[in-house]
Order: sequence, then C-alpha cells, then structure tokens
Amino acid sequence: MHETFYEVMRRQGITRRSFLKYCSLAAAALGLGPSFAPTIAHAMETKPRIPVLWLHGLECTCCSESFIRSAHPLAKDVILSMISLDYDDTIMAAAGQQAEAIIEETIEKYDGNFILAVEGNAPLNQDGMSCIIAGKPFVEQLTHVSKHAKAIISWGSCASWGCVQAARPNPTRATPTHMVPGIADKPIIKVPGCPPIAEVMTAVITYILTFEKLPSLDRQGRPKMFYSQRIHDKCYRRPHFDAGQFVEEFDDEGAKKGYCLYKVGCKGPTTYNACSTIRWNGGLSFPIQAGHPCIGCSEDGFWDKGDFYERLTDIHGFGIEANADEIGGTAAKVVAGATAVHAGASVVKRVMQKGDAE
Amino acid sequence: MAIINTPNGFTLDTSGQRYVVDPITRIEGHMRIETNIDSDNIIRNAVSTGTMWRGLEVILKGRDPRDAWAFVQRICGVCTGTHALTSVRAVEDAVGIDIPENANSIRNIMQLSLQIHDHLVHFYHLHALDWVNPINAMKADPKATSALQQKISPHHPMSSPGYFRDVQTRVRKFLESGQLGPFKNGYWTNPAYKLPPEADLMALTHYLEALDFQKEIMTTRTIFGGKDTHPNWLVGGVPCAINIDGDLAAGAPINMERLNYVQGVVDRTITFIDNVYIPDILAIGSFYKTWLYGGGISGKSVLAYGDIPDKANDYSASNLMMPQGAIINGDLTKVHPIDLRDPEEIQEFAPHSWYKYEDDSKGLHPWDGTTVPNYDLGPNFKGTKTNIINLDENARYSWVKAPRWKGHAMEVGPLARYVVGYVQGHEEWTEQIKFVLKTLDLPVEALFSTLGRTAARAMEAQWAAHKQKYFLEKLIRTIKNGDSSTANMEKVDPKTWPSEIKGVGFSEAPRGALGHWIKIKNTRIDNYQCVVPSTWNASPRDNEGNIGAFEASLMNTKVERPEEPVEILRNIHSFDPCMACSTHVMSEEGEEIVSVKVR
Repeated sequence: MHETFYEVMRRQGITRRSFLKYCSLAAAALGLGPSFAPTIAHAMETKPRIPVLWLHGLECTCCSESFIRSAHPLAKDVILSMISLDYDDTIMAAAGQQAEAIIEETIEKYDGNFILAVEGNAPLNQDGMSCIIAGKPFVEQLTHVSKHAKAIISWGSCASWGCVQAARPNPTRATPTHMVPGIADKPIIKVPGCPPIAEVMTAVITYILTFEKLPSLDRQGRPKMFYSQRIHDKCYRRPHFDAGQFVEEFDDEGAKKGYCLYKVGCKGPTTYNACSTIRWNGGLSFPIQAGHPCIGCSEDGFWDKGDFYERLTDIHGFGIEANADEIGGTAAKVVAGATAVHAGASVVKRVMQKGDAE
Repeated sequence: MAIINTPNGFTLDTSGQRYVVDPITRIEGHMRIETNIDSDNIIRNAVSTGTMWRGLEVILKGRDPRDAWAFVQRICGVCTGTHALTSVRAVEDAVGIDIPENANSIRNIMQLSLQIHDHLVHFYHLHALDWVNPINAMKADPKATSALQQKISPHHPMSSPGYFRDVQTRVRKFLESGQLGPFKNGYWTNPAYKLPPEADLMALTHYLEALDFQKEIMTTRTIFGGKDTHPNWLVGGVPCAINIDGDLAAGAPINMERLNYVQGVVDRTITFIDNVYIPDILAIGSFYKTWLYGGGISGKSVLAYGDIPDKANDYSASNLMMPQGAIINGDLTKVHPIDLRDPEEIQEFAPHSWYKYEDDSKGLHPWDGTTVPNYDLGPNFKGTKTNIINLDENARYSWVKAPRWKGHAMEVGPLARYVVGYVQGHEEWTEQIKFVLKTLDLPVEALFSTLGRTAARAMEAQWAAHKQKYFLEKLIRTIKNGDSSTANMEKVDPKTWPSEIKGVGFSEAPRGALGHWIKIKNTRIDNYQCVVPSTWNASPRDNEGNIGAFEASLMNTKVERPEEPVEILRNIHSFDPCMACSTHVMSEEGEEIVSVKVR
C-alpha cells in the first residue's frame, strides 16, 4: 500500500493550509522561490514514501546527529511522513538477524526503487574486517545493496571523500563510496561536510522526492544548489576582508569586532558549502560567525591541506567565479611574516578606493 | 572446559547454546555480542566484540598539536566535542597554558549541554524501544494517557487527551501503511515489554517530543562553537570573542542577543528535563522495578576522572563539580584517589584483542602504548576470516583493548560517577539518588543494575541542565565585572614551546571517563593516545581472565526468548556504547609497527 505525503499529513491532522505553507517553506529552503510551491504541493499529493536503507561504515555518526537537528523539515516529519527509513542501525528497533533480514526484504520488494544512503566509508585493508557487519566486511553489505538501489546518497565527507580516517596515512584504506571496488554503477550524490548542514541533508531528500529526479550536480558530484559557491563569497565578514580588516590573533580587537578570519587560517575562500548562506541549526550561526576560521570540512582531503591555523597563500583574484576544481586543490602553506597575496591585494584595493582619506 | 571462575567474581559456563547478535543496533558504531544461554534461558557466558577501528592516533602523528582537537573530535559525532575539549586540555597541560575564566565557563556550558543532549537522545531514541512498545501504544485510551501524564508531571503543558489522540492517530496511520520504518521487525510480541498501553503511548509521544526538542539543546554550542555537530574549539580558550557594548558588537560572536538566546535555551532545557525526562524515567522505572538485571561490576569496581572545573585551570578533585576517584573490590566505604600520569595505574592489555604486544601478560600505560594490529581469530573460531559464525573468546576476539586500573576491570559512565559521588557524599547527587529510590521504593542496592544505570543518566542530565545555568550566570557576572576575555594566546604559538613536552587531558564524556595523552616533539605531535569510556566498558578479557563491564552486565540475565535479544539490548544499551570511540587505535597499512616510548 503506497500513500502520498499529502495523505499522510492530512491523516495526521495537518490542514490543507498548513500543508501549503509547508510547501512554500520547502521551496524556500531549496532556494527555488515561491513559484515552485505548487509543484512541491502537487508532488507531495501524489507520491508514496520511498524506502531508504541508511548504511553505516567507518564513521563517527556526526551525519546522523546532524540530520536529527534539522529545523525544517523536522527529522520526525521526514521519518514519519516523507521516507520509509527501513534500515538505519543507529535508530532501528531490530538488531542482529532481524535487522539484517530487512535489507533482503527491501531488496526483494523494492528492487531498483529505494535509496541507498551511506554514512561513513568502507575500509579495504585487513580483508575489510576493520568494519564488520553481521560477521562480514561492511564493504560486502555496501556493494550488495548498491546493486539494487535506485540511487546513492553519500552523506558527509566520509562517504564523499574519505574524511578523517582516510587522512594520511589512511591506515585502514578507508575508501569513499564512489571509489569502492564493486560499487554498482548508480547515480551518486555527494553531500559533503563534517557533518553536512542538517537542512541541506533534508533538502536534498525533499528535492529528490518532490521533483522525482536527482539534483543537478557539479563536476565533483555535489548538488549545485548548495555547493556552487564558496563560503567566502557570501560571508557576512567579506566586507572586512575587502577592507583589509583582519583578526590578527584570537580574542583581539578585530575578533571582538567580527573582522575577517583569513589571517588566522580561514579556509572559507577555498571551501564550497552553504554555511554562510543557509547557516547551521536552523540558520542560527556558522563557524565564522562564532569566531573560528572555516576548516574547510566539506572539501576533498581537507585534513591534509595544511595546518588549520595557517593562512591560505594561493587563492586567486577577487572574483567569486573561480573554478571549483582549481580552488579545491589549493593548499595552506606557512608564509613567514608575509601577508598573503590576496589579502595584500585587498589592502591595496582599499587604499586605491579610498584614496588618501586614511 | 565448560566452567571458568573469573578473578572478578563471575562464573562463566559455555555449555549452553550460543546466540549471536550482530549488529547490535541503536548504538554509535558497530559491535557484536555472543552469549551462551542455558536451558532455563539464563545467560551464562557473554562475549563483547568491537567490530570496527579507524586509526586516528596514527593519523595525528606529525600534525600541529593546535589542530588535534578537530581530528579527535571526529572520533565521535554523538559525544561530539568531548574529545575536542579533552584534547585542548591535553595540549594546554603540556604547554602550561592558563585559559580565561570565561573560556572555562563557556567550555563547561558546552560540555554540560552535551551531557544533557546525549543522555536525552540516548534514552528516548536509542534505549526506549527496549522498554516501550509502540504497537501496544495503539491500544491505549488517550484519556488514560492524559490522566497518567497529568499525574506524573502536572506542569507539562502537552497533556490533553486530544493531544495524545492526535499522536496515536498519526502513528497508527504510519503503522497501518505497512511501511514501519525504524519500528520494523521489532520484538513487539515479546513478553519482556511490561508497560500498560497508556504508558506506552505517553513514552512514544515523548519519543517524538524529545526528537523535536533535542535539536534545541545543542544550539548553545552553535552560538559558542558555530555549528553542531562538531562545534569549534581552541587551544588557549574559546574562539568566540565577547563584545557586549562596543563598536560592531552586532557582528561579534558573543553579544547581548547571543547571550539572551543561550539563556532561553538553558531555561527551556531545564523545563524539559524536569517535566518530561525525569517523570518518564520514574514512571517507566516503576513498571520494571523488579527487572534488576545488568549490574555487572557496577557494585564492585567503578572509575571516574571527574570534570566541570568550577574555577578555570584547576583540575584537582576539590575543584571538579563531577567527582573523581575509584572504587574497587566492592568496598563502598572507600574512594581511592587516581593519577592519570602514574604508569602503574591506568594500563591497557591486549591478550584478547586484535593487537600484538611484545608481552601479552603485561599492560602498557598510554604514554608507553603500542598499537600493532593482529587480526587473528585463533584456531577454534567458527566460519572464515571474512564470515565469522562464532568467535572464540579464548583467543583474540575484539578491536577493543582491555584497559585496567591497577589491574581491575572498571565500569565508567553515569552510574560509576553517581556511585563515586554517593560514596563521597556529593550533596546534590545524593539528594537526587534518595529521591529516585524513595519514589520507586527501592533499596540503594537497586542502583547496581541496568535500571540504575539508566536512572543515573537521567539524574545526571537534570543536574547538568541546572549547572548550565550556574555557568551562564557566572559568565555574565564575569563580563559585568569587566573581564570579557575568552582566549589567552600568549603561549599558543608553537615556536615558543620547548622541544619536547607532554601532557594529559581528561574529562567525563557522557559515557564515562575519558583521557588523552599527548607527546609533542619540535612543535609537532609525536604520540597521541586516547583511552575512552567504551574501551573500559566494552573491554574484552585481560590476561588474568577478568571480564569487562558489558560482558559482566549480561551474566545471569534471564531472557524471555533467546532468539529475540531484547534483554541483551537492554543491558548493553544501558551503557550507551560508543564503538567508534573505543576502537580508533590502529597502525598503518596493517603492518607498520607504531611503538612510541614516551617516558
């Protein structure tokens, strides 16, 4: 028996009016504007809840923890009304053989019609036995389920890139989803971040369900809607960067005034994510607003791109259009004493703009 | 060899049928339990296996010590932040950095918010389904649930019959859809579930209410740390500068609006814990108060490092608001002092772990630790190397090592802390314990059980909620007195450090005592070792044959239906296992020997 979101919501006592309001909010969260609300409403009125198998490899569960913090929609509503979260070992009631039976049951019933969500990654060293599920290597479970899925979501930086356990020297040979030998040739949506923003996670799900298609992805496989701009591009502290006003040391006058954190290591200029636009935990804040430089946690290999408190030395120009692949490879390096080119140039720019006024 | 008596007082009998639960779900990370169950359905032997490892300590080698917090924070996203806090403390200890009073208050608020959040989510979303039957809740009369709610928690506003009817209707439709999601394949016909339908409906309703509310608890960390999960920390203090009344305060990390926001969250958190969590524990506990299995070693050997320094930079026991000390041999009259630097106190053994030691009969202090992986199942396991049917606990059987305090297997965590606090006469905690025992009409011995562990966690969440307020008030008072500093960067530049230094940081993570040991050489990390709560609790056997806290908790528990592991889940979940934490140690490429002598 398939039922639609709308039916479920109505039967839960949600009014038509509230439902339409929800659709508007969903449209806004997706950055689609109010004209898309009717499309979302239509979709939710006519589609069943899609099964999701959420597998966990080597990880720290920060993605799941982030997911349950989603403010809109609430995790409760996603789980009860939007998807059918049939396997997720972090919250499922069943354990052991009763848990594993669900995987086969879902494959049998929904072959090719469920979403595989991957949190964490598969280690390949030690015969894969550094992550054991039901007595077997996790990589077996992952590749098996992938063959029957409609699409794969790689949650977070572990599944997308490898993240911390894949940092040098990657002792377990932790391998991101798309590089796992034997992974099925299915569309993979990478939603990187350590963790990803909760509302980005739920918006990716809502988008797929609503529009019945995967979001447009950039060359690295990330949804363009959330990963097409650098944090720097929309940072509320950007004017201080352009004005050459920097935090020189934590808790100095600049820190108290919310100056740019570039000189204490901010990776915002090379990091593609929605932290400075969507922000975190219901739009409450993001790392830079709370005074800490961005550590670039949504970028491939961010653990190995230099120390977190060393400034970037090789960022290009003033524009916001720089190519992701180019910027993504930029590494932080120690520059003794010298102000970096970009920052230095900004000071020059400020002086030029203001003439002799200062 | 069917019967073994362990030095720590348990009789292991392997003659009964072997049952395997893999994966253990509703935990952080991955683990497996094997048990032997006799013909009376009593567990007579238990084997706890950590089934993952990631190798963070190896990855840390050669990194900037100021960055270590970010790496080790990723040991665990459930107890997010507690490893980071422990890490910055370890570096500050090594370098000799004093942090400002405000940084201490903010760190304490963040650490306390984690205790609250973690305990709440653990109870409702990881543990509750061991006690609460959502299917049975469909039989409830919403009026009876309403009456129950108003009786146990008269101040909680969401208590009308209509409210419970709406929730029941929503969940019923969900269940009737045939797509059961997380409730699928649960053990809903098992007689181990004892709640009447109205209590099941109340608890199920609070499962959803708590899921909504939990996201708010952590927003204090979004204010101070910029995001959650995984907020940001700083060696030398906290990164969030304070600007209340100056130029550009609106764009500052902490201003009046931000403090007001935190104030609101702190107040609402107290209300939720007082009105929902505590009454639920007492109500649910009252239906299970004869189910006093799962005590394990909690009445014999418990360990707490202590945490929440009242004044900044003083980590001595007298300044810690969560108590410190060890109890051994069941002697509840004496709390032994502990020293994390003493090579004879905390040691890790590995005779039954998938690691190679030079001498399996010896333990190693974390500063002298070696980590050589050795995935060897021994000659007598059943299955193949990549398809394990049954492990052999006489051989190596876990990725978790066996830490011991002066040779004793110890339990850590909320119950361990409350036992140490109770024996020491911790006033606030003793009052809470007496209230809970009196309400449930139970003797103090009842604490040493799965139920006691679950109750201790709730009491601690309540205590932490109120202590958050204490530190927020202290923060505001300090700012009012003219001190708004949040970081002391004087000694943080590595260029100023001596060429070889070492330090230790400790904390009480939600799951128990946590220690990080660091050695720094020429400004980079030379060695980093963590001994974490779930390593203590999930520990396999040691060279003497002592069993760890998980295994002990399962011993002699009666199970209703051996093929349905409700009781096993109950006991294991009561520790809130965190397997990504316990099994992160590892070496390179499965062959590189990491053997760093620090002393």
